[in-house]
Formats: sequence, C-alpha cells, structure tokens
Amino acid sequence: MGLASFLKSRLIPAELDSHVNRIRKPIGTLGYDPWGYNNEVMKYGLALTRQLYNRYFRVEATGVEKIPAEGPVLIVANHSGQLPMDGLLIGYALATREKHPRIPRAMIERFFPTVPYLGNLLNECGAVLGDPTNCAKMLANGEAVIVFPEGIRGSGKLYQDRYQLKRFGNGFMHLAMKYNAPIVPVGVVGCEETIPAIANIRPLAKLLGIPYAPVAMPVVLPAKVHLNFGDPMIFDDREIPEEQVTERVEQVKAAISELIDTGLSERKRLF
Amino acid sequence: MNEQRRPHILVTGAAGALAQQVIDRLRDTCALVAVDFREQIYLGDDIPSYCIDFNKRSFEDLFRRYKFDGVIHLGRIMSSQLTRMRRYNANVLGTQKLLDLSYKYNIRRIVVLSTFHVYGAVAYNPALIDEEAPLKSAGLSADLIDSVELENLANIYLWRYPDLNISILRPCNIVGPGVRNSISTLLGMERAPVLAGFSPIMQFIHIDDMADAIVLAYNKPRRGVFNVAPEDWVAYQHALKLCGCKPIPIPSIPPILPKIILSTLKLRSFPSYLMAFFKYPVVIDGRAFAREFGFTPKRPLKEIFRFYRENKKPV
Repeated sequence: MGLASFLKSRLIPAELDSHVNRIRKPIGTLGYDPWGYNNEVMKYGLALTRQLYNRYFRVEATGVEKIPAEGPVLIVANHSGQLPMDGLLIGYALATREKHPRIPRAMIERFFPTVPYLGNLLNECGAVLGDPTNCAKMLANGEAVIVFPEGIRGSGKLYQDRYQLKRFGNGFMHLAMKYNAPIVPVGVVGCEETIPAIANIRPLAKLLGIPYAPVAMPVVLPAKVHLNFGDPMIFDDREIPEEQVTERVEQVKAAISELIDTGLSERKRLF
Repeated sequence: MNEQRRPHILVTGAAGALAQQVIDRLRDTCALVAVDFREQIYLGDDIPSYCIDFNKRSFEDLFRRYKFDGVIHLGRIMSSQLTRMRRYNANVLGTQKLLDLSYKYNIRRIVVLSTFHVYGAVAYNPALIDEEAPLKSAGLSADLIDSVELENLANIYLWRYPDLNISILRPCNIVGPGVRNSISTLLGMERAPVLAGFSPIMQFIHIDDMADAIVLAYNKPRRGVFNVAPEDWVAYQHALKLCGCKPIPIPSIPPILPKIILSTLKLRSFPSYLMAFFKYPVVIDGRAFAREFGFTPKRPLKEIFRFYRENKKPV
C-alpha cells in the first residue's frame, strides 16, 4: 500500500468515500473539472470539514432539503467572520445531505488565486474565482453555486456591525434570471462570533495586498453555527430596468434577514 | 485545368512534426507544397519542399507556379525560439506577406495556427475562456507580442477579405511524439521545474488529434476564430507525476523572485515570460470548434502521458 492509499484509508471513512462517488460530478478522465475541482482532494476536504462541522461548530442546519436535487441553483447567504467558514459549512451541509447530495461551488475573492498552495487547494475543493463568467458557465452546466453578494463588505465587517446586512451586488440576480436558476436564501448565524474583529487596519491591508487586516484574536472561536435555508425564490427572465432588479435583490436580502432573525431567536448560547 | 485537378495547398512550417502529420493526412487527396523558413526537408518525390523566408520576393514565385487553392499556415515560430525581432519579422511581417499574396492569387481557404497563449495567464482568468475573450498576453511579456500581433493581423484579413475564408485555430498545449515546444520538453524531462504552491489546470491535445482538427477545419470553409481543446483537464503537477517527472519547486513568492531565478537560469523549456502559465490557469472552451467541425479528440490524456513516461529519452 502506497503512502497516498494509506493516508486515504486512515483519513477518509469508507462511507464518505462512497457518498462522494455517488454524487457523480461531471469531471474529466483524471478527476478534474475545468475550474480545478478534484474528487479525491474533495474527499479529504469533506473529512476535515466533518470534524469542524460536527464537533467544533456543532452546526445545526434546517431546511437543506429545500435546495433542488438538480439543475442550476444559486445559494445566497450573508457573509461574515473574516474567513470563508460560512461557505465551507453550507457546502458541507449540501454535500452530505442524505437525499440528493450535491457538491456546490463557492465563489471566492479574487485575492485567493494569487496565494500559493491555498489557491489551488480551494479550487480542488470546489471553490471558484468570483467572476461573472465563471458563475454563468457553472449555472449553464447545471451546478449549485454559493454566492455571497455582500463580498468582502460582509466578511470583513467588524463585530459591532454583526448581523447587519451590507449592500448586495446585483450581479447574482442577473445571472439567476438569465439561467432560470432558483435562488435559495440562507441565513448564517454564529460565524460572526468565530473571529470577532474590533478594527480593520486598512493601510496594512493595502500594503499586503489583502482585502482587509482585522484586529482580532489569532484564533477561530468555537461558536455554535445555525444554518437556516429558505424556500427557493424564482424570478422570471423578463427584460426589466436595473431599478426593478434591485427590488428583486432587496426581496432576497429581506428573506435572508428573516432567516438570520430566526437563527438568532433559535440560538440558546453563543458557544 | 481539368476536372480532376486536385486542390493545391501550401503548407507552412513543414519541418515541424504537426505539419508533417497534416501533410500525411492530405497527401493522397491534395497536391501539396511544403515550405519552412528553418530547413528544407524531404517529404517524398510528390511534394515539393522549400526552405524560404516569406519576406523574400522569391516567395511569390511559388504562388505563381503552383496556383494554390488553399493555405495551411502552421509556420509560427514559438516564443522559445530565436530573438524577439526575428520572431516578429517571421511571425507578423511574414504572415502579412503570406496573406497579401493569398489575396492577390485568389486563395479560397486559409487555416492559421495560433495558440492559447494569446489569452494570457492572469490570476483573474475565468475557466472555459471563449473565443471572444480579450487577448491579455501582450500585457504579460513583450515576448508574447508577436503571437497576439499575428492573430490581430489574421483577424483583420478575416473580416476585410471574407473570400479568403480564414479560420484561426487557438489550440491548447500540443503534445506527443516529435513535438518540440516548451511543455512537451518539460513533460519529457526526468525533473521539471514547478512554481512552489502553484499547479494550474492545463489542457493537452495529442499531435495526431490536432492534425485531425486542422484537416477538418481546412475541409469546411467556415471562417472565424476557434479554440481547439478536448474536454478533459489536469493540474500541471499531476501531469508531471503521470509522465514520471519529478518536480523541482522554484520559490514563487514574492513574484519577483521566480522571475529573477528563471531569467538567470535561462531555461529554454521554462522561460521567465511563460512563468505565468505555470502559475495561473488558462482553460479554453473548445466546444464551438467541436460542434462546428464535428471534432472529437481520440487520444485520452492517460495515453499522452504514458508516451512521455515510457520515452524519457528524447525521440
């Protein structure tokens, strides 16, 4: 037995291995897709995330079955917590659901592909550069795509602004309309408390070429996370002025806000 | 001219392995003339072969003598060859001369071989790049300017002279027996350089499949620009592994460091101006070509890599 197969047998439980194989992601002969997703690396990613999901963040996911079993879908959530933990946990919830599991794709910041090792690793686990062309092509391929329309405005916000939704971009709505993709809103509660930041040192962020430089404890706190999935929202593809597109975006934002409120009211304690 | 006249085709870049594959596929049905700027090669008694510079006046004599119907222009000097100035003269000015003569002598079909390098490797590239995407490589390095200029020139002639029926093909990495480009050299080595922490997704097409694609394109006069790539992908370092190649990591950050190292080493197979292609992916969408010309690649990646694994000595 080679080192790779030994590690695989120790780290990846057999049922997880067969679960991922069952999903039948459209990949090439060597296990890759055009965005760099790799089935084998994904198994390691899921095995590791399982520990975070079940033991560290003790995630409670409600309504994950509302995500359609197939076809293009945009999973739209609030972004928080400095690191993209929320995307990871939503992805895990969908990939491991009992009925019709799917491996979703998360759109990530443009900064990640320039980071050695991490950029490749994220791609291999299904994350994709947040470019509208990428999102469009993936929806055309019938993929489930996780989108955070707040972008770094959401993930980089300070603890004092927790659970206040920042401005949503309109791009995701245009894509949903064009590709007839339902939007499933998700309210994420708990990630705000994983890395509470009290300030952002902008000059340092600029110097390092990173989106933000938070003043926070150098640890990820084990906050309990609640994921609330809402009912799919369907928007037709009529040619409408941007004003009306913004109105539709506001509807999604309101749905997410409601789901966050539900999560906050369900939450018994922070940790 | 009798009714039985076979199509007369000028094939450039005849000394290259790809051109010879194309010639093999067409020699029974077409009257071919082979030219190359590097050397005169013998292709059999039935195929006149010339070593000629397109910028010389004598090049026009070939058009007068052979009355070509079509041109397959594969004679592009790769970025790893010759100096920037000589490449510009051959690739850009030479191609302009070729296209001018094609117009003057009423050529009815031209296939031009370009490269996916014209898109440029940048961190913000989406995957499955369409033919309409901007060509960013000129901004990466002055060494890639001639590739983009060649394309621009062919594009101008494509739209200005529709009767020339120009098709521009932008293939992904062409590899396989006899291919002497940078990537093929790397796959054939015992140890190959990689940028530490970067393993971009790449596409490879077997030389035989590429030759099939060129012949298919020539036989269907449908002008336009087309990516040519199979629907299969692999990360660079995984490809090296499958070729039995040990990676030698080169420090990748800060970005100036690998540039200095590569400029100092002057490796022909891993030049500093192609460095970005080993860092960021350039994944092209070849579906339009496949649909339009009914193209299906026949040689899978595993077969390609097996060849390199079993032939570590140059062939």
